[in-house]
Amino acid sequence: MEWFNALVQGALLGGLYALFAAGLSLIFGVMRLVNIAHGDLIVLAAYLGLSVTLALGVHPLLALVVVVPAMAAAGYVLQRGILNQTLGQDLLPPLLVTFGLSVIIQNALLEVYSADPQKMNAGVLETASVSVGGLSLGVLPVLTFAVAVLVIAALQWTFYRTALGRAFRAVSDNQDIAQLMGLNRHHIFGLSMALALAVTAIAGILLGIRTSFDPSIGGGRLIFGFEAVIIGGLGNLWGTLAGGVILGVAQTIGAKIHPGWQLLSGHLVFLIILAVRPNGLFPRISG
Amino acid sequence: MSHQDFSVTRTSRAARIATVLGAIVLVLLVLAPWWAGRADMRLLGELFLYLALASLWNLLAGYAGLVSVGQQAFVGFGGYMLFALTIFAGLPPVVAVLGAGVLGAMVAVPVALLIFRLRGAYFAIGTWVMAEVFRLSFAQISALGGGSGSSLPTNIVRSMAASRDGREALSYWLALGAAVLVIGVVYLFLRSNKGLALSAIRDNELAAGSLGIDIWRTKFLVYVITAALTAVIGALIFLQKLRISPDAAFSVNDWTAFVIFIVVIGGIGTVEGPIIGTLIFFALRETLADLGTIYLIVLGIVAIVIMLKAPKGVWGLIRARFDLQLFPLGFRVERSNRDKET
Repeated sequence: MEWFNALVQGALLGGLYALFAAGLSLIFGVMRLVNIAHGDLIVLAAYLGLSVTLALGVHPLLALVVVVPAMAAAGYVLQRGILNQTLGQDLLPPLLVTFGLSVIIQNALLEVYSADPQKMNAGVLETASVSVGGLSLGVLPVLTFAVAVLVIAALQWTFYRTALGRAFRAVSDNQDIAQLMGLNRHHIFGLSMALALAVTAIAGILLGIRTSFDPSIGGGRLIFGFEAVIIGGLGNLWGTLAGGVILGVAQTIGAKIHPGWQLLSGHLVFLIILAVRPNGLFPRISG
Repeated sequence: MSHQDFSVTRTSRAARIATVLGAIVLVLLVLAPWWAGRADMRLLGELFLYLALASLWNLLAGYAGLVSVGQQAFVGFGGYMLFALTIFAGLPPVVAVLGAGVLGAMVAVPVALLIFRLRGAYFAIGTWVMAEVFRLSFAQISALGGGSGSSLPTNIVRSMAASRDGREALSYWLALGAAVLVIGVVYLFLRSNKGLALSAIRDNELAAGSLGIDIWRTKFLVYVITAALTAVIGALIFLQKLRISPDAAFSVNDWTAFVIFIVVIGGIGTVEGPIIGTLIFFALRETLADLGTIYLIVLGIVAIVIMLKAPKGVWGLIRARFDLQLFPLGFRVERSNRDKET
């Protein structure tokens, strides 16, 4: 039963990792961009949420009303202002520019908020739990998982059922022909980054309610999201959710065996899957 | 009618002058223990080790296209191997430094087999995962101090040289020697036919492959050589520090972010770039380091601006302006002097 409990808790944790990963997966799918600053943007969203809750005295979940549009706007500006200039055949510029961005965000957060760990106060939501079949499930992890499923379903729907999604798929398939068909790819890329950072904002707020955070943890969040994407298979959003769940379960089971092995066992499961299934479990597009 | 003689040459007058000046500077640097203070020597030693790390990362990313953000895996691994080989195997520190290189190459083989399955940008993050695996694993080894780390025992430190001055001089010479060795290896490698293959792959992977170059094997070779030398540098870094901990050994900021900034600012994909970049980096650090986080923000902004506006860095600007190449890799056509009047 104890092990089953670890399994369920891990699966719920996977929801958070899938939210970390969804933004990465989206922008890679649309423009083959890998954003090294993704983890730092998650942490930035958490700090924005903290500032909004403190300034307005509202519940952290209400802060989403401000943080999601703010991050989306920042994403559009970032993409059109800087990142669009880096896209092309050469892999180096986007990698190095987003890496520089990561260092800038991290140190700017240090400068503004200091290195002290912070946490958002979500009141009873933090400790509330429900009992299901002998298992005690935290309301927050269940809510996080439900949000992850909803976000991925919404992204999936956007991708395959809307005009915006058709534009995303068109520039993803062939940028030049999409351009000939009257799509402005710079604008489309801006929108996809805006959407990705809107998801990142949700991930950041949920992270900030769940655990304490400080400016240095961005790299770790990027790695979790990246592992979920690779385990699930590139370009497959539901696969990314599965990847997040596998990673979460590996971590909680690892922590159960030995407290020091939590992160290590997650990485090892990732490496094993990389060795056995280099394209992930459910690949859609090749890297 | 006049006919002109052209000759194809690899070297140039600038390169010959640079060789002479470089040799003079090198001699002065070798003699530093007799003219420099202890603090200057420590700073120079650190500079040489950063120069070596930057040259290695430049070979990896700028020439082989393997953009790694996880080279701290090998820096930390080399450092820990120095401690393990001296404490448990009783090897003299200098031998342990070389041993760290050999072990670094051995551990790089399985690492490469795994992460070479990832392409491009995902390769970059994969190297970071590897570095995390190394960090978390070494934090589990209680014999090496676990998460809090350990210091090099004094009897091992004393075995290097009897006096403190002697030890400082030895570790300075080792750092200088390592920097010269690394630049030499990178330069000779790039001039060899393997280096030509590497440039071909960088310029067009498809065309290089169709000319019969084994792309995977060439990149694999570069990765393993770089890992071995990075481990040697890592061992030397922690031989200077005399204390190691997982967070210091596998720091992504210290051993990768700074190194990337050095190479990008100096000029990626050139042998000269890392040298210029290291000098700029240390000049900035010595003048702006008091600003703390602001300094890092400025460094990040400078790197982004350079990447967007002058992707070949400071050296690229100089080369475009003056047509200089101090470490001649390519060939150039020159008109012979005696035909100048025709």
